[in-house]
Amino acid sequence: MRESGRTHPAVLAAIWVVLLLAPTWLGLVGGYTALGARVLVLGLAAMSLNFLLGFTGVLSFGHAAWFGLGAYGTGLTLKFLAASTPLSLLAGTLLGGALGAALGALIAHRRGIYFAMVTIAFGQVFYYIAYRWNALTGGDDGLRGFSRQPLAIGPWRIDIVANGVAFYYFVLVCFAAAVAIMALLLRSPFGHTLVAIRENERRARFLGIPVEFHIWLAFALSCVFISFAGGLYALLNNFADPNNLHYSLSGDLVIMAVLGGMRSFWGPLLGAALFVVLQDYVSSLTTNWMSFVGLLFVLVVLFFPRGLLGVLRGKSPA
Amino acid sequence: MLQLLLFNVTNGLIIGAFYVLMALGLSLILNLSGVINFAHGGFLVLGGYLAYTLTPFLGFWGALIVAPLLTAAIGVVIEQTLIRRLYGRDPLYSLLLTFGLAYIFEDVTRYIWGAQGLPVTIPAFLGRPVSPTLFFITYYRLFMVAVAAAVVLFLFLLLRHSRVGVRIRAGTLDLETVSTLGVNVGRLRTFNFALGIFLAGLSGVLAGGQLGLDSTMGAGLLMPSFIAIIIGGVGSLPGTLVGGLLIGVASGVTAVFFPSASEAVMYVLMALVLLARPRGLMGEEGLMT
Repeated sequence: MRESGRTHPAVLAAIWVVLLLAPTWLGLVGGYTALGARVLVLGLAAMSLNFLLGFTGVLSFGHAAWFGLGAYGTGLTLKFLAASTPLSLLAGTLLGGALGAALGALIAHRRGIYFAMVTIAFGQVFYYIAYRWNALTGGDDGLRGFSRQPLAIGPWRIDIVANGVAFYYFVLVCFAAAVAIMALLLRSPFGHTLVAIRENERRARFLGIPVEFHIWLAFALSCVFISFAGGLYALLNNFADPNNLHYSLSGDLVIMAVLGGMRSFWGPLLGAALFVVLQDYVSSLTTNWMSFVGLLFVLVVLFFPRGLLGVLRGKSPA
Repeated sequence: MLQLLLFNVTNGLIIGAFYVLMALGLSLILNLSGVINFAHGGFLVLGGYLAYTLTPFLGFWGALIVAPLLTAAIGVVIEQTLIRRLYGRDPLYSLLLTFGLAYIFEDVTRYIWGAQGLPVTIPAFLGRPVSPTLFFITYYRLFMVAVAAAVVLFLFLLLRHSRVGVRIRAGTLDLETVSTLGVNVGRLRTFNFALGIFLAGLSGVLAGGQLGLDSTMGAGLLMPSFIAIIIGGVGSLPGTLVGGLLIGVASGVTAVFFPSASEAVMYVLMALVLLARPRGLMGEEGLMT
């Protein structure tokens, strides 16, 4: 079970060095720090989705809903309840996680196409609520009028409001914490059970594993992680809008995971980096960027179904 | 109040009939090929725009027939070149492919026909209301319902009594056996796909006459079709029919009392159905779970 988390130590070190030094080298290659933070946040979202998609083998196609709930939960907390970055992030994570866990209970016994359809459809509920509930969410214009707050750790205050580099490192710390928990979960007996369910659900069932419960728990955990990412996204933009909840973002997150490699832990981060940079670049060149994104989907499905890391490793397709 | 309620129930039925047309096409493709066609809304918009372009040459009636046929032909080309390769693979891949196609459709239709909304010109007599008291029912609305009813009737007769229809139904249950019995499954799937896309194109023409066309409308109409299928039960075409009418009426009635919840009510309905009867109203136990 190499895929349950054993990345080569040298590769692991390289990943963290690249991420740690991003504010220095991003400018040199024509990027900017906020783009780096965006990659981290969407990478975390894609990795959260892949916890379910790649490691549990459950096809959720509505994960933008939980991402967006995290974003709105964080934004609304900052705007109306508490001027605190950590508190608002916690509130957003809890909102998305709790609703995800509740709806997950309704659909955990569905599989395959049916699971995908139900997750897509349910995801859109929250889109319509955000879109229609003008008074609370700002409707189509999105939620404005909130801003991330400086961090206060003991006697120190860290300005992550105006200082983009400091905010990047804040996001990186959050990313590292979430990713570490995810890796620990996947290495635990629980994580191995998820992979066992993915590989052969019937056998897992015969072994006495409560499959539905495990899938529900994986779904709920994945929702918690992705809501956390959504909360970070709201902090990054000081803005949340209904598109954060729309199913087209769900599709984008799935393609990030597939593009990078669903069977590897870090693949979705690579996929997110490529997708975000490509989208940023193409939309600066042409207004017809949607065709390019669509073409990327088609090409990945036809030629890179195992993703970049899958091709590099040369393993057989799942 | 009664008039308003009547208006919205009728309106809901008309919209429901429209959802049914679209959802039946989706359902056909899903049942036989296991492909969730995310590009279905894209095909719908394409059908509408083709009708818009053809109307000056063929008139509304000609466009009503030719535009869906052209859409279906384009659908066959896409099925043959792209989607066919993904049959039997993890459904994830056909989902992603059609998802990408939906992006391309939206962009290309906007590129060709512009972002401005365009109407499909309908014959003048269809635009008139049926009577002064029932001012909200135009002949066009009745016509939409009539077309939807005729298509549904035709489809069910086709599936029940024609050879190809029986094969489609058999393939939905057990494609492997159908293949062993000497049926060309590839051709069956292509025909079935074309049939589904024809329905999408037809919905597009009808929608164009009522609502006007714009390149994003397909995405908006896709979700109700999904919900109609889930409520009715995946694998059941009669279920899709019932589901489509149900959500149409439910959102119509909700629009009277609580307009901003007219979309949300469909999802509430779906959640209730899934709670009470997880396989959907008319879904088969064990199929597609």
